[in-house]
Amino acid sequence: MALVSGAVLFVITAFVLREAWPALSEVGASRFLRDRAWHPTEGSFGLSPMLVGSLASSLGALLIAVPVGIAIALACHFQASERTALRCQRLLGICGGIPSVVYGYWGLTTLVPLVAENHPPGTSLLVSSLVLALMIMPTVALTSRAALARVPSAHVHGGHALGLSRDAVALRIALPGARSGVLSGIVLALARALGETMAVLMVSGNIVQVPGSVFDPVRTLAANIALEMAYAMGGHRAALYASGVVLIIIVCGLMLVAQCLTRGHHE
Amino acid sequence: MTHFTRKTFLAALGALTLAIGAPSHAADQKLVLTGASTVAPLAAEIGKRFEGLHPGVKVDVQSGGSSRGVNDARQGLAHIGLVSRDLNPDEGDLTAWRLALDGVGLIVNKSNPVQNLNRDQVIAIYTGQIRNWKDVGGPDLPITVVNKAEGRSTLELFLHFYKLQNSQVKAHVIAGENEQDIKTVSANRGAIGYVSIGTAEFEVSQGVPIKLVANQGIPATVENVRNGRYPLMRTLNLVTKGTPSPLAKQFIEFAQSSGVQDLVKEQYFVSANTSR
Repeated sequence: MALVSGAVLFVITAFVLREAWPALSEVGASRFLRDRAWHPTEGSFGLSPMLVGSLASSLGALLIAVPVGIAIALACHFQASERTALRCQRLLGICGGIPSVVYGYWGLTTLVPLVAENHPPGTSLLVSSLVLALMIMPTVALTSRAALARVPSAHVHGGHALGLSRDAVALRIALPGARSGVLSGIVLALARALGETMAVLMVSGNIVQVPGSVFDPVRTLAANIALEMAYAMGGHRAALYASGVVLIIIVCGLMLVAQCLTRGHHE
Repeated sequence: MTHFTRKTFLAALGALTLAIGAPSHAADQKLVLTGASTVAPLAAEIGKRFEGLHPGVKVDVQSGGSSRGVNDARQGLAHIGLVSRDLNPDEGDLTAWRLALDGVGLIVNKSNPVQNLNRDQVIAIYTGQIRNWKDVGGPDLPITVVNKAEGRSTLELFLHFYKLQNSQVKAHVIAGENEQDIKTVSANRGAIGYVSIGTAEFEVSQGVPIKLVANQGIPATVENVRNGRYPLMRTLNLVTKGTPSPLAKQFIEFAQSSGVQDLVKEQYFVSANTSR
C-alpha cells in the first residue's frame, strides 16, 4: 500500500516536472525567484511574492489554530465529561469535513465586508489566515487529542499521585508527552493550509505582491494555479506548473522537517 | 444471481468491445465543443436541444477559456471551438460563426451614486491615478479596483478597449469567474469591477446590490448592446478549422437559427441575428 501511494506521488511529481520543464529550461529557474512581478503573458515570472503569500497566510493560520486547537484538545481530554468530549470530537469531525468552498464563501460574504469597513478592500492576508485557521483547527484539535490519549496513563496517574493539580498534569506532563503527535498534527494542518485553494482564492484578493500589512491582499501559489490554469496556454501554462513544482518542494521539505522533529524527540 | 451477474458482465464486455471496435462510427455521432466559459453554458443548452432533434448524437461541451477554444479547434481536439471575442489576425486559419453578442459593463455597489464613467476616468481608476470616488463625483470613499485573472477574455476585451497593459493596472482584488466579481462588488461599497452585462442585469433583477455604470454616457443595457450603441462589447463565436464536418455544420446552422433565440435570451445574451 505504501509502495502504491509512493508510486502515485512519484508519477504526479514527474508529470508536473515534465509540464513545467519548458518554463524551467527556457525562462530559467532563477528568474522565477528573481523576477519582481508576475505577468506571464508579458514575460515576467516572479513567483516569490506568491511564495511569501502562501507562507504568510498559512503561518498566520497556524498562529491562530494551534493554540485554540491544543486548548480544545486539552479541555476535551482533561476537563470535559466523557459525553461532552465525545460530542466535541464529533463536532470537530464535522467541521473538518465541511468543503473548503463553504468556508471561503462565508469568508467572502461575512468577514470580508466586516474588514472592508475599516480597511478596504477587505480581501486580505488577515481574512485568508482566519478562514484557513478555521479550516485547520479541527485537524490540530483531533490529532492533539489522539496524541494526548496515547500518553501512558501511568505518567498521568503518577502526576495525580504526587498531588499535582489537574492543570499541572495537563500542561506539564501530558502535553510534553504528546509532543511528537501534536507536532505531526500541526505539520499536517500546515500542509493542508499551504495547499488550500478555493477558500483562499475567494478571500485573499489575489494580488501578486509582498504584503506590507495584514490588511493587504495576497495571492498564494495554489490560488495562482486555480485562477489562471483554465485559460493558460504555452509558456504561461508551463509557468503555472512551475508554481506547482515550488509548492511540491515546500510541502516535501515540510514533511522532512516534521520527520526530523518527531524522530529527534523519540531518541 | 452469480450467473446473471456473469451474463451482464459478458454483455457489458461485448458492448465495450463493439464500442472500441467502431470508433469512427462513434466519433461521427459525437460533437465536442470546448472553449470560453461565457459561451459554454449557452452551447450546452443548444446542444441539449440539438440532441433532442437528432437522436443518437451526443454533444459534449467543456469550458476552459477562449484560448482553449482556439487551440482545440486548431489541433482537432474539438469539432467546434467556443470563443468570446472576434478572431485575432494570427487566427486566420479558423472560421468564425457568430452566435450572439455580449457587452462588458462596469459595475459598482448599489449604494454608490456614480452613474457614468468616461474613458479617461476608467483608465485613471484602473491605473491607480484616481483612488477615491470623490474625484469622479462620488462620496469620499476609497476605490477598490477589481480586475480579472490573466487569460480571461473579459480581461483581454477590457484592456484592449482602454488600450492598457495588464501590468499597468493597479488592482486590489483579482477575480476569476463573473460571480466572484459580483460578490466582491456587492459586499464592498467602494468597489468597481467589470462583467458581462447580461449576467449583471440578471443579478440586479435578483436583488443583488450592484449597479451597472454608463460608459461615455451610454447606459450599459442589453438593449444598447443589441443596437450597437454600447461601445464595450464582444461577439460570441463558434470557430472551426477548415470546412466543418456535416454534423458540425448542422449544429452551427441550428445555433444561428431562430430555433434557439429563447435560449440566447435566457442566458442574458443578445442574439446576433436581429442585429444584422
